[in-house]
Amino acid sequence: MYEMRLHGRGGQGTVLAATILAAAIVAEEKFAVAIPSFGFERRGAPVAAYVRMDTREIRRMTNIYRPDCICCIDPTVSGSIDIFDGIRPGSTLVQATGKTIDELRRPQTVTTVGLCDAVPIALALFGRAITNTIMLGAFARTTGLVALGSLERALEESEFRDAGLEQNMRALRRGYEETVVHDFSSEAAA
Amino acid sequence: MSAAAPERGFLVCDGNEAAALAVALARVDMVAVYPITPQSSLVEYLAKFVADGRLQAELVDAEGEHSVLSVLQGAALAGARTFTATSGPGLAFMFEPYLRTPGMRLPIVMSIVTRDTLTPQSVWGGHQDAMSVRETGWVQMYCETVQEVLDTVIMAYRVAERHDVMLPVNVCHDGNYLSYGTARVELPDQDVVDTFLGAPDVNWHAALDPERPMAVDPLTGGAGGAGPALFVRYRRGQCAGMRHALDAIREAHEEWGRLTGRYHAPLIERYRMDDAEYSIVTLGSMTGAAKDAVDGARERGRRVGLVKVKTFRPFPAVAVAEALRGHGAFGVVDRSVDFAWSCGPLYREVLTALHGITPAAPSQSFIGGLSGADLTVEQFESVIETVRHLRDPGPRDTVWLNAQE
Repeated sequence: MYEMRLHGRGGQGTVLAATILAAAIVAEEKFAVAIPSFGFERRGAPVAAYVRMDTREIRRMTNIYRPDCICCIDPTVSGSIDIFDGIRPGSTLVQATGKTIDELRRPQTVTTVGLCDAVPIALALFGRAITNTIMLGAFARTTGLVALGSLERALEESEFRDAGLEQNMRALRRGYEETVVHDFSSEAAA
Repeated sequence: MSAAAPERGFLVCDGNEAAALAVALARVDMVAVYPITPQSSLVEYLAKFVADGRLQAELVDAEGEHSVLSVLQGAALAGARTFTATSGPGLAFMFEPYLRTPGMRLPIVMSIVTRDTLTPQSVWGGHQDAMSVRETGWVQMYCETVQEVLDTVIMAYRVAERHDVMLPVNVCHDGNYLSYGTARVELPDQDVVDTFLGAPDVNWHAALDPERPMAVDPLTGGAGGAGPALFVRYRRGQCAGMRHALDAIREAHEEWGRLTGRYHAPLIERYRMDDAEYSIVTLGSMTGAAKDAVDGARERGRRVGLVKVKTFRPFPAVAVAEALRGHGAFGVVDRSVDFAWSCGPLYREVLTALHGITPAAPSQSFIGGLSGADLTVEQFESVIETVRHLRDPGPRDTVWLNAQE
């Protein structure tokens, strides 16, 4: 079972991203469940959502405390909360940021990092910092755990409140294409 | 928000959308709603389905839950198949018509998207709302998965409308963990549901119908004349309906399984109980994590089993007693509080079901998952270890999970 936690802020579509990812995984004949963390939802407040994926049926409907992957779709939320809480050794970070890998704080337990400067892309496409579909592309590029085509089909079958399908498809592809992946696994082994 | 692919026969959605899809598939005639957390998205989906023409129902956006259920009572008496959903404080505000519904024998189906009760302030999940109305004569079923939410809302109509039942049904699904939890859901074909449910037949016994005028809900009782006996007849009739509901629930699950291939346990589910030397008893969405913990304990050589209660009202006492008898100690995990006995409500029911069976088994009440708190695999592992070490029958104090600050 692979467990990931998405972090973002209210209004960026963090919870919807978790649902779309689960749908894409299910479309690949695998199993996935998604569940949002619970709070008073309001724009700007830190939001988290959880996704589990497996090759067999997933029964537990619980929050995720020991994630294999953090996908952080907001560049500043890591200043408000500890996005790395509980991460497993050898885990993956997919981060929306304009920073370089050297400027970024990376715990030793994180051995793969995918960076995507998602906010300028979102502003260009949507006029607002809605980064969720961009970061789904970044997740696919970084982990290879879901095919870009599966995410595209899941997007086609989703309903968007704030933007059209075509914009989101472009966002997904740009996220995929403009993500830079850094591998530190050899460093961890040494 | 779902990602729907109806042509593939499945979709990925949360429990609130699954319930709304079931309402559309059941061809409900009338829906009355008032939004409340964590039910709100369920009624938003219903409004959307009505607007899209997917649900050919009249939708009343009432001014409060008291009116919501009053509207549905009138609709049911006029022959309509009806639905609503509520949570916590909404259920409290609905209480007066809620109490009357079983006595009028109206087969209304209502989802309780379970929420802990006030006060202190809480907008999160817990079974306290549904448990607070457990003695009112409604049938109550609790779902484990998103798929089970969809299937059970459909099955609820077959149970409610069976002529020897004619009682309202609450389908309970856990606030937060099932209301917003998202998973793959198989969608049954419309003609399967049509065959399964048939046309609504809900007011043959009590009707608002100019063609057959009748007095409905008469003033009955008092100390003299025919009143006392007539009142007793009403009450005994409700009890008979509840007893028949056990069979109706079994029959509905069996037939639904035959039509769809999905056989959900109707009253209780026995999980790895055959050689179990002790067991845990669960209710609702916590069961998934509990089954994972049982599997883990089994791998370590522990002979533990699990009994999940799906139907809580009427209480399947015989099935519960048969499942637990001869299997040693048991622990019951509740997501709500029985204030009268300072234990969990399900624990008290299980003890009652085992009354008279000797030797009395050691047992323990656990309360956890209140007001949105998580019930994790690790917590169930500790529950299993506690139950494994129980020796004498007790009584013993309730264990409060999530009590560590």
